[in-house]
Amino acid sequence: MTSEAPQAPPEQITYANLLFYGSWGAIAILIVTFFVYVSGVFESYIPINEISQYWSMPVSQYVHEANIPIGWGWATLLGKGDFLNFIGIVLLAGMTIVCFILILPYYVKQKDVVFVVLVILEVLILCLGASGLLGTGGH
Amino acid sequence: MLRNGCRALTVKAVFLLLWLVSSPAWATAEGAVVEGSQRPWWFWPLVLFVFCFILGILAVLAGVGGGVLYVPLVSGFFPFHLDFVRGTGLLVALAGALAAGPGLLKRNFANLRLALPVALIASSCAIVGALLGLALPTNIIQIALGATIIFIAALLTFSKNVERPVVEKQDGIGGALKMAGAYLEPSTGEHIEWKTHRTLPGLFLFIVIGVMAGMFGLGAGWANVPVLNLLMGAPLKLSVGTSKFLLSITDTSAAWIYLNQGCVIPLMAVPSIVGLMLGSFVGVRILAVAKPKVIRYIVITVLLFAGIRAFMKGLGI
Repeated sequence: MTSEAPQAPPEQITYANLLFYGSWGAIAILIVTFFVYVSGVFESYIPINEISQYWSMPVSQYVHEANIPIGWGWATLLGKGDFLNFIGIVLLAGMTIVCFILILPYYVKQKDVVFVVLVILEVLILCLGASGLLGTGGH
Repeated sequence: MLRNGCRALTVKAVFLLLWLVSSPAWATAEGAVVEGSQRPWWFWPLVLFVFCFILGILAVLAGVGGGVLYVPLVSGFFPFHLDFVRGTGLLVALAGALAAGPGLLKRNFANLRLALPVALIASSCAIVGALLGLALPTNIIQIALGATIIFIAALLTFSKNVERPVVEKQDGIGGALKMAGAYLEPSTGEHIEWKTHRTLPGLFLFIVIGVMAGMFGLGAGWANVPVLNLLMGAPLKLSVGTSKFLLSITDTSAAWIYLNQGCVIPLMAVPSIVGLMLGSFVGVRILAVAKPKVIRYIVITVLLFAGIRAFMKGLGI
């Protein structure tokens, strides 16, 4: 059977549009902040020529020796060249949460109780992961 | 002529990758660690960028995810600790999935109704996997990673996906979740309708897939596709598209755990993400004019080699 392309549901189109602008915006920010970082315009929290001393250590040792904040502590260091890159990274990691929150009204309008519950649970799970409340401090 | 040019470029990319992973200067991770502290700061990020660019091309040509190649190869041949490689591996897979997601969703090659229930299970379990991965000793993770990569290489070699599985009757759970839809097959102009079956065992398998994705920082396309296609009966194109989109949700939850624990070093992460994405774009263009099957087997061989290496490293051999 040959026919025209079936239309994606409106919530799927909304999700796709949000994801498009959000993720490409985040990648653009990531590239810009990286060039700002390596150009040395902003002072780095860890001097750029000392990074290689840390990247072969287990993360627990790196956090301890370089005094790296865990959880959302990085947000207090956004003025530093290296942590400036976290803006783009966090936007990338946060886009899915934003997309799910914004498509929730579609399922509410459709009175699709199962998917309303699924979307709310997904947002809660992703927020829990993002909260910084979970963690073992590394091995 | 264009085809010949692409073939030549692909061959060069394969040889460059083989040279990079076999270069004596960094043939062992230990050697690379020593090298790491003697080089200028830009050396390893630049090499990583070039490496990821080539990896991006080959991943597309071989039909495998970038994340599944990134973690074993970078942890095996670069001076970075596995903790940072896993954190970056998740971001690499996440960025690729986020960039591909909009096009797949708009063309119905990825479906929210199929993805969401599965994603809820996989993303919850990916958090558990990430926490486990950061709590267990590195050598245990190395051994498990090596075994997993060897298994993936075997799966890629022997698994035969089905273009359009026959689903006689949708099961109760699939029906309740309205896991059905349609898309247009551009190569034939056909309107393909689909529905799922065996939904419950499929959902159970996503528990394992989620844990593994979080624990090893691998994209999970290698596991998503066979489960969606062979077990749940989704057409192959939809399974591949939904799997790619699914990674944007599964990897998000695990990526946050690694990010919040300090496992992301921008000097590693940004060259990896950008290199792999650029490589993927070039790979897609090459794929449009050339389909070198041999690349898939070379990449599977490299993957097998990297898996054995990770396994031996974990055992301290």
